[in-house]
Amino acid sequence: MTETHADYRLSQLDQLEAESIHIFREVAAEFEKPVLMFSGGKDSIVMLRLAEKAFYPAKIPFPVLQVDTGLDFPEVLETRDNWVNRLGVKLVVASIDDAIAKGVVVDDGKTSRNRMQIGTLLNAIEENGFTAAFGGGRRDEEKARAKERVYSHRDEFGQWDPKMQRPELWSLYNGRIHAGEHMRIFPISNWTELDVWDYIGRENIEIPPIYFSHQRRVFERDGMLMSETPLNPLRSGETVTERTVRFRTCGDITLTGCVESTASTIAEIIDEVAIAKLTERGATRGDDRFSEAAMEDRKKEGYF
Amino acid sequence: MSTPAAESTVTNMDLLRFATAGSVDDGKSTLIGRLLLDSKSIFEDQMEAVEATSASKGYDYTDLALLTDGLRSEREQGITIDVAYRYFATPNRKFIIADTPGHVQYTRNMVTGASTADLGLVLVDARQGLTEQSRRHAVILSLLRVPHLVLAVNKMDLVDFSEEVYNKIHKEFTQFATKLNIPDLEVIPISALSGDNVVNRSENMDWYSGPTLMHHLEHVHVASDRDLVDVRFPVQYVIRPKSDEHHDYRGYGGMVAGGVLKPGDEVVVLPSGMTSKIAGIDLHDKELDAAFPPMSVTVRLEDDVDVSRGDMIARPHNAPKPSQDIDAMICWMADEPLRPRQKLAIKHTTRMARTLVKDIQYRLDVNSLHRDQETKELGRNEIGRVQLRTTVPLLCDPYSKNRTTGSFILIDEATGVTVGAGMINSAS
Ligand SMILES: Nc1nc2c(ncn2[C@@H]2O[C@H](COP(=O)(O)OP(=O)(O)O)[C@@H](O)[C@H]2O)c(=O)[nH]1
Repeated sequence: MTETHADYRLSQLDQLEAESIHIFREVAAEFEKPVLMFSGGKDSIVMLRLAEKAFYPAKIPFPVLQVDTGLDFPEVLETRDNWVNRLGVKLVVASIDDAIAKGVVVDDGKTSRNRMQIGTLLNAIEENGFTAAFGGGRRDEEKARAKERVYSHRDEFGQWDPKMQRPELWSLYNGRIHAGEHMRIFPISNWTELDVWDYIGRENIEIPPIYFSHQRRVFERDGMLMSETPLNPLRSGETVTERTVRFRTCGDITLTGCVESTASTIAEIIDEVAIAKLTERGATRGDDRFSEAAMEDRKKEGYF
Repeated sequence: MSTPAAESTVTNMDLLRFATAGSVDDGKSTLIGRLLLDSKSIFEDQMEAVEATSASKGYDYTDLALLTDGLRSEREQGITIDVAYRYFATPNRKFIIADTPGHVQYTRNMVTGASTADLGLVLVDARQGLTEQSRRHAVILSLLRVPHLVLAVNKMDLVDFSEEVYNKIHKEFTQFATKLNIPDLEVIPISALSGDNVVNRSENMDWYSGPTLMHHLEHVHVASDRDLVDVRFPVQYVIRPKSDEHHDYRGYGGMVAGGVLKPGDEVVVLPSGMTSKIAGIDLHDKELDAAFPPMSVTVRLEDDVDVSRGDMIARPHNAPKPSQDIDAMICWMADEPLRPRQKLAIKHTTRMARTLVKDIQYRLDVNSLHRDQETKELGRNEIGRVQLRTTVPLLCDPYSKNRTTGSFILIDEATGVTVGAGMINSAS
């Protein structure tokens, strides 16, 4: 199939795609052991698609890493497996339960699993000797991310120092690191939520079905609609009802809320996103609500 | 589950990257907040947080500047000290703003933001007129060859929307700009706070017949800024599947830096000088009939020539000469000054090399454009003309011809930190 572009014009989505492919190739060429961090969400699926395109018809030359929180949506894991099988890419799973058993992270009963992901992830990066880890972060997501570089340097402790960020000029990325350090790479930094949806629609690719409208037994907590699951026992006063909902992000099942929606196609989701009143994180991620600077704090510790 | 393909709403949308610069208090944050707000890029919870903060600070208005501040340290100081990227879109265009700090001690951040910009937006306070800072911002944008410049004369409400004030600033700036390389200039009188001429045409300035800021941003023609003549394809990654299905596939992945590549075109591979023809151009499972900047594609050649990362594909009669002696303008970014005899790593397109600083010819005073030939070093945030010798030849063009093949970064070999940004004048 041949493709033609009138007047040598490239749409913004094609420009974003070209920039991301460039980043994937640059990292694969310059880093010894890259890995793609797969969170299960739409952003990491878009990353997988871009990586597929960057190296086609060769296979993606690095593995995919997922932190198994034990609290993932089963639909998300199924989608992950479909992608991994289709692309023939290696999957590395780092489980929080294993990390607890090995004493890598401590379960003191107060720390959320989301927070324990950090230690589990850093341990997996260190154990496997990964030198570059692709993440699906976007700069439009959150204030603290607006200044994040595409190549984000992490020290031996996996920490991010906002004051020590390297200047990033033109499309010349600096991948120099010392032994024990690694680089976080954000190939879709310049994409917005709407770009991601548009791309998923255009590419017609598989995403977890929980993004689409479906019937679900839910209860209200802290102003959010949470999924009924044995992993998340009801507190007093909470009651379960069945509603027509969809998820805007795929995180920890006990912390990720859904919204009432009848959007059952990408086009309908795009319409919904275009007029959405709440930012995706603020609306449905319990973990970002604790403080305004919550994201920034977790990033410094090595959150993706 | 596979989902039905959605009709993309943005298939024909294009992209404009612009960099903003202004001195503290000129109203840059307010203006960006206004652009985001009026283009409906602000969500309800973001606006609520900003309203709450404004109220808690005792303001009687909503401080739109709060929409764009970043890291906590900066929040505490109340100023922007790093490049922050913001996004908004109108039905025809998506915008990426590189919001850069204005102070002289952050020149390197401004250089960073300007490096990828199609357009530079310089803000001045109408009451103060042109300052040393605004001149410096224009100088940096022109050095970085940002092809379009907008001078936004802000706070017009505080000078009674006076045409004279605007004319005076316009004239002064146009005169100054003749010394610079600014192909396209627009001077727009605005009030970021009240919105005059930002998105909506001001009712207070009948005398102004030019475009509003948003109209200009939406319509400024950037596609023709690219070089579609001189083919430059830095090879980034060699793709060899070695699978049964694609046994003999060998493709060269990269981003087109200049010109239009087509199947059948005769090409030369540098530095070897071997020639071949383009057998095909691939993007994923599609074959393209042309590739042009800034596409990322995979090029296949008809002959089995030896090509690797760092090489460049060009046309036999239009190719850069491999050069080891580089004359360049450098913006220095490290605490320790740059001095002659210093050795550094250099990254140019997809090629890494080492370089020796042979001479620092002069330091450019970015306020006065004076060339200081006495000082033989460049301090942090200073810009100067430097002679370099590289260990391997670079396949480069003057920066004025191509912003991709004409630029490089310098890396400190011990710390690994990016310490300089370079723009090539000439090479031999
Ligand atoms: N009267 C008036 N005040 C403005 C205008 N734009 C900004 N300001 C005020 O000028 C001050 C500095 O603005 P800010 O956006 O924080 O400046 P920045 O330091 O350049 O980001 C704030 O008090 C703004 O409310 C304007 O067009 N008119």
